Amino acid sequence: MNLETHYMGLALKNPLVASASPLAKNLDNMRAMEDAGASAIVMFSLFEEQIKQERESLEDFANFAGESYAESLSYFPKASDYEVGMEQYMKLIQKASTSLHIPVIGSLNGTTKHGWIQYAKQMQEAGASGIELNVFFIPADFSLSGVDVESRYVDILSAVKASVEIPVAMKLSPFFSSIGNMCKRLDNAGADALVLFNRFYQPDFDIENQEIYSNLQLSTSSEIRLPLLWIAVLYGKISASIGASRGVEKAEDIIKYIMAGSDVVMTTSAILRNGIPYFKTMLNDLERWMTEHEYESVQQMKGSMSQEKVANPTAFERANYIKLLKSWSPSDTL
Amino acid sequence: MITSADFIGCHQAQFLDQFDILEQAAEGATFLLNSIHSADEVWAHMPRPIQQSIISKKIKFYVIDAYKVARDAHMGGRINTIMQTCFFAISGVLPREDAIQKIKDAIKKTYGKKGEDVVLQNYAAVDATLAGLHQVTVPTSVSSKIELAAVMPAHAPQFLRDVTARIIEGKGDDLPVSAMPIDGTYPTATTKWEKRNISQFVPEWDADLCIQCGSCAFVCPHACIRAKLYDQDKLSNAPEGFRGVKPKGKDFQDQRYTLQIYVEDCTGCELCVTVCPAKSKENSAHRAINMVEKEPIHQREITNEKFFDTLPQPIRDNTNFSSVRGIQFIEPLFEFSGACSGCGETPYLKLLTQLFGDRMMVANATGCSSIYGGNLPTTPWAQTSEGCGPAWANSLFEDNAEFGFGYALTNEMHEGMARKLLQTLAPTVGDTLAKAILDAPQLTDAEITAQRARVRELKNKLSSIRTSEAKSLFTLADRLIRRSVWVIGGDGWAYDIGYGGLDHVIASGRNINILVLDTEVYSNTGGQASKSTPIGAIAKFANGGKEVGKKDLAMMAMAYGHVYVAKIAMGANRAQTIQAMREAEAYNGPSIVIAYSHCIAHGIAMKDGLEQQKLATQCGHWPLFRYDPRRTPLGENPLVLDSAAPKSAFKDYAYNEIRYRMLSRQDPEHADVLMKRAQAYVDERWKVYKDMADHGKKQDGETAQA
Ligand SMILES: Cc1cc2nc3c(=O)[nH]c(=O)nc-3n(C[C@H](O)[C@H](O)[C@H](O)COP(=O)(O)O)c2cc1C
Ligand code: SF4
Ligand code: SF4
Ligand code: SF4
Repeated sequence: MNLETHYMGLALKNPLVASASPLAKNLDNMRAMEDAGASAIVMFSLFEEQIKQERESLEDFANFAGESYAESLSYFPKASDYEVGMEQYMKLIQKASTSLHIPVIGSLNGTTKHGWIQYAKQMQEAGASGIELNVFFIPADFSLSGVDVESRYVDILSAVKASVEIPVAMKLSPFFSSIGNMCKRLDNAGADALVLFNRFYQPDFDIENQEIYSNLQLSTSSEIRLPLLWIAVLYGKISASIGASRGVEKAEDIIKYIMAGSDVVMTTSAILRNGIPYFKTMLNDLERWMTEHEYESVQQMKGSMSQEKVANPTAFERANYIKLLKSWSPSDTL
Repeated sequence: MITSADFIGCHQAQFLDQFDILEQAAEGATFLLNSIHSADEVWAHMPRPIQQSIISKKIKFYVIDAYKVARDAHMGGRINTIMQTCFFAISGVLPREDAIQKIKDAIKKTYGKKGEDVVLQNYAAVDATLAGLHQVTVPTSVSSKIELAAVMPAHAPQFLRDVTARIIEGKGDDLPVSAMPIDGTYPTATTKWEKRNISQFVPEWDADLCIQCGSCAFVCPHACIRAKLYDQDKLSNAPEGFRGVKPKGKDFQDQRYTLQIYVEDCTGCELCVTVCPAKSKENSAHRAINMVEKEPIHQREITNEKFFDTLPQPIRDNTNFSSVRGIQFIEPLFEFSGACSGCGETPYLKLLTQLFGDRMMVANATGCSSIYGGNLPTTPWAQTSEGCGPAWANSLFEDNAEFGFGYALTNEMHEGMARKLLQTLAPTVGDTLAKAILDAPQLTDAEITAQRARVRELKNKLSSIRTSEAKSLFTLADRLIRRSVWVIGGDGWAYDIGYGGLDHVIASGRNINILVLDTEVYSNTGGQASKSTPIGAIAKFANGGKEVGKKDLAMMAMAYGHVYVAKIAMGANRAQTIQAMREAEAYNGPSIVIAYSHCIAHGIAMKDGLEQQKLATQCGHWPLFRYDPRRTPLGENPLVLDSAAPKSAFKDYAYNEIRYRMLSRQDPEHADVLMKRAQAYVDERWKVYKDMADHGKKQDGETAQA
């Protein structure tokens, strides 16, 4: 069985990639993921503002109440050589890219143009095989129009593309008025891959204590439908690679994503839930299913259910929606 | 001593109103002031003598709003660098341009490794400082009507006016030795005369939202929040803007409740706000107590405070001492200390004085608690309206437990002598009275009040009896009222330097109480590791993270079997804190209470201190328990766990604090190793405690109390 695939110019041994998550926070886990069959690893994201905040708070607290009292000029040992997240992140890329055989992709979330470019370059120098840009951006500023927001994505991509040679992927949210158009623009601006979709962790309310809290909820298969729709629609219409992310629970989900047209399928929740060896389980199941159904390669399956190729292309559009609604009779709901 | 200064800098504008800071300025000197007022406005806010000096001495006057520059430059409240930059820019010690360049070179050297952006950020702070520094155009005549506030009001006691005030003014060196008390005893209750006004932001009470739980008053490290219940007709004399509301619940409906904030003593730590459970239904950010700018409410609150002070103190006998709600009404005899804003130690001391009042005798080890407790010029240990209060003395670091032991032995001795004399004199003073005094249980406050009345009566009778026995008993009679001896200190004392003595004292079996204010580090001398410092925390002398586990002082004390031992954390469980202190005091034998005290040496925002205490307990680092030897003869397990099994990871608590986080940034691999070791230590400790607490319990599915 030939599971090989190409993603943002990288040749991968299979389509199952570890998406950005804390699993890539240490080398042991990354090695284990490689051993379990992951074909590439996206690092957890480096957040520019976090680095800034961390640096400020370390400085602030470590110097707190300093020089205020003759008997104790400081309350901490002198710390000149601490590293904030950035140095450690680059060191990890360096170690991972030299000790693993699969590609390691850096993930970056910047807040300033300076940050996007500086850190992307450093990731390249550290040995990353590619960079995934995670534009986690909630436009709470109401003076920003949809056009402004979209330009921001394109500008960031262009700036990073211009400063590094390694391939650059863009991880997107689904919250655009016209996703297809947005993807096309990013494709034109030189994106080597698009990852659909980022999963946002929205806050919840604790109504007893009137507090905001965020607890992480892992995804389930029911969440694959939105990415599946857009991947199927985009397939064949852009030259960038397509990465699927969200809701992979089992091999069938991988198959669906490939059939829609994904070059790679990414997973995090399933691994957090079942452990790193679960890569192997899903890959075995994928291979068994393909054998049973007499597929020869992933390549053969890729895009087979895309909008371009299905017998009923309108199934992806409004006509299908109307049909579906009609098919609900009141008794169905009881 | 500088008597003719060419440069004077005032970093805190409130000093202007209190001290004649230009008294020592030379002719033509430079004066730099950190003020919220601009160069155009500041003159109008200067007291008259300051204006006078500036004009007559032809002083060059500069002003900067350093706190604003610091905030804008993301430097928090650190203004040192900003004021230093100003100094170099205007003092003329170096040519201005050279000086600025040298500052920037120093920045480059310090921060170069941290990246270009950090260097630029610091350069920007220097530039912003220079942009914000302005020379004031000095008018030709004095216009101010503001006089320097008297350091001590005229109605303050004589000693405070004559001696304390001089020290506060910074003129202690001018005092003759003869002004000092001959025997070294200083008047107590003196911090209330030193209004420090150090915070620009203070809490404001929203009476309508308040559920009167008393939590804010309970946790305030500086005792700046007081609650009173009083007859509603008292309100007729209240100043405008003074709020008194109906008490919550069904009782005391003819009374009124007021929460008064002493804004001039508040340090702005915000602990009261973070602990308040009452939130507005319309706006979840608004609580029953909220930080506001002090200036607009300053005068109103001083007037309110004066009126509040005239309202009667509650009677101790009627108080429910087992609840936070009850204790809020009890006057603390430890107030307005100069501890760090938000200190985790002082609320425990305040609580002790509320519980045991003027009967306390405190032996205080050297450390933070001795500095904020008894450093000149003032002391926070206070007095009741009758002029009685705890007796307090500070001994050395290495012998404090023995020092306090001396109190206990002296008490025993004096009480024994008094009892003997009373037996002898019983026929003369009256058998009924003598018997009542000798048999008094003196456990509750009501019983102690009754005993005080009897002793008063006894002394009355004795005063007219001319025998030497009667005279002796008269001087000893007060010893017939039960005293409460407390030996207090930090972990540096209890775990390390004073441990031998502490062990000796608890082994004695005598009736004495020990409170360990455990900050897990030598706080007062600037954060050196103690045996209490946990695995993985950095401290001086443990720069690479503490390698071995925190000494389990509680377990060592429990090993005796006859010692009352408790571990408490008021952020985790206030009711348990109260219970442990009361049980410790009531136990007729040695007691040791170990209290988690958050501290600036932990590297936290101090307003999160109580939250950290809660997390420390939740993760099992600080289990709460009480070991009471009185349970053993009843066939019960003496150990009761008051906190539940750990439900979060140690690192989720630890990494909120710089003392742990710094290591993960300096040496992540080693930090990982230590963090795992620390977790294993916590797990193991919990298992041991749990096994001990479950020992002897039935196996038939009965669960341990946890
Ligand atoms: C714990 C956790 C941490 C994550 N951290 C990142 C991150 O740092 N950067 C990022 O782009 N996505 C991050 N993600 C999102 C995942 O990469 C992924 O897109 C998302 O979980 C959807 O995939 P799934 O359904 O397979 O979990 C994180 C997800 C989880 C569950
Ligand atoms: S801010 Fe701090 S010092 Fe001020 S009243 Fe509140 S708890 Fe007390
Ligand atoms: S904590 Fe809040 S609700 Fe409780 S007494 Fe204080 S202000 Fe009132
Ligand atoms: S150093 Fe720590 S214990 Fe000492 S006064 Fe400050 S906060 Fe309190």
